[in-house]
Amino acid sequence: MALLAADGIDARYGDVRAVTGVSLSLAEGELLALVGANGAGKSTLLRVLAGAHRPFAGTVAFRGEDVTGLRDFERARRGIALVPEGRRLFASLTVRENLLVGAGSRRTGRWNVGSVTEALPMLAPLLDRNASQLSGGQQQAVAIGRALMSNPEVLLLDEVSLGLAPIVIDELYASLAAVRDGGLGVVLVEQDLDRTLAVADRIVCMLEGEPVLEGTPASLSREAITDAYFGHVAAPAGGGAGGPGTAGDDAGAGNGGAAWWS
Amino acid sequence: MVVVNALVQGILLGGVFAMAALGLSIAFGILRVVNLAHGEIMTVGAYIAAIALSRFGVSVWVSLLVAVPLLGLAGYWVQRAMLQRALRIGELAPLLVTFGIAIIIPNVLIELFTTNKQAIPTGGLAVSSISLVEGVNVGVLPLITMAVAVALIAATQLYLSKTRNGRYMRAAADDWETLRLMGVDHRRVYALAMAMAFGIAALAGVFFGMRQGGVTPYDGQLAVLFAFEAVIIGGLGSLWGTLAGGIVLGVSQTLAGVVSPELPLLVGNLVFLAVLMFRPTGIVQSKVAV
Repeated sequence: MALLAADGIDARYGDVRAVTGVSLSLAEGELLALVGANGAGKSTLLRVLAGAHRPFAGTVAFRGEDVTGLRDFERARRGIALVPEGRRLFASLTVRENLLVGAGSRRTGRWNVGSVTEALPMLAPLLDRNASQLSGGQQQAVAIGRALMSNPEVLLLDEVSLGLAPIVIDELYASLAAVRDGGLGVVLVEQDLDRTLAVADRIVCMLEGEPVLEGTPASLSREAITDAYFGHVAAPAGGGAGGPGTAGDDAGAGNGGAAWWS
Repeated sequence: MVVVNALVQGILLGGVFAMAALGLSIAFGILRVVNLAHGEIMTVGAYIAAIALSRFGVSVWVSLLVAVPLLGLAGYWVQRAMLQRALRIGELAPLLVTFGIAIIIPNVLIELFTTNKQAIPTGGLAVSSISLVEGVNVGVLPLITMAVAVALIAATQLYLSKTRNGRYMRAAADDWETLRLMGVDHRRVYALAMAMAFGIAALAGVFFGMRQGGVTPYDGQLAVLFAFEAVIIGGLGSLWGTLAGGIVLGVSQTLAGVVSPELPLLVGNLVFLAVLMFRPTGIVQSKVAV
């Protein structure tokens, strides 16, 4: 059973379609990367998975249970944590307080202020600093640590490296590798293709709200991904290509086949 | 000596203003709701004290045990059932809801208790005083009021900085959408904050009533004006600022009273206006951004 499964997700902002016909699944311990240009719908998809954006159609299942109707804070309590785009720290709280608020879902596990600080060493000297006084990289570390504090089973990471110096990104990714043991599933939205190819178990490339390419880093050529990224949908390379839903033609996939595209 | 006396009385008067301002400051700082009914909530608190005494013979202090939790509950309910819905419509809608409440309450009070002043006698407390130096006497009641105001502000500050729910409240003030991603229902946090604001308003209302020896249905209008002025003078969203604002307002009023008994209200309002014009962020900068 998939840890997290989305089926036929269609998300809109008013009349604007942000995500169309996306189906994907995440296994325990897997790192799934979503790549695509700005406006491809990656962040919206993450928000749908986290319950922060209500999809127009489609379902989200967590460990086989339909959680589509659950709101964001209810999903957080189940173990789905989102590190939102722009980090969104609580600016008037200290780093320590930000972490403590992150434990709001009251789930227990290996993560507490101590273990998070160990996994993200750059936080150690900052715990009593105000969150508004941090650099971008430090903010991102706090945002990740804050999400870990909920002892999640699924971590949704939006734009981890956006606007950060390469050396800071290296440190964050090193920490990320350290937190992944123990079956934590990760969905990563990342603009940096090299980094994505290095860490991902599987990659889904999105274009204008639709998945256009899917595969493992080994099965996908760089060219195929860049083509998909920019919309030159050439013959998809490798296995699993065009897999997820293929933009709505198999809406029946395991979920009653609601006519969500109408 | 007259001026020194006015200064001392003004500082103590600031205690009741600060107490009145505290609940308003919490509602605005955490929920961004301007509670126009704040004065009327105070009035209801004072009525509970007055009725408890006149009907049941319960002392003012004991009546606080009823008034504060009761209005706290009312605050929780008003937030969940009315203001939270209104917040979805826009920023103006909650303002209108509180305005509506501010109109309803005095009318209900008139229906129930007429417009007559309901006495809140405090026995010897109202007249007993301590002589500091020759010519400067301070009333025991204003002293107690000031002590309670300071304790209340300190307790609120402590609650917001040290407790889990306090942290949630500050986080909600920063970014409630992100707070939800942490597994916290911000509506519950907002309702708790409003419960706090209403409970403190009830307490302030009882002290306000004791100071005036009683309460009428329309007392809220003046009380909310003082509370607003204290909040603005002190600085929006700053807890200790409400104390500073209350004291500045109190001192301006009593000093003006030395010149002429007709001046206190006018001068208080002018000081408020001056702060709005020349230092709109208030005299105390918000450190713990509540």
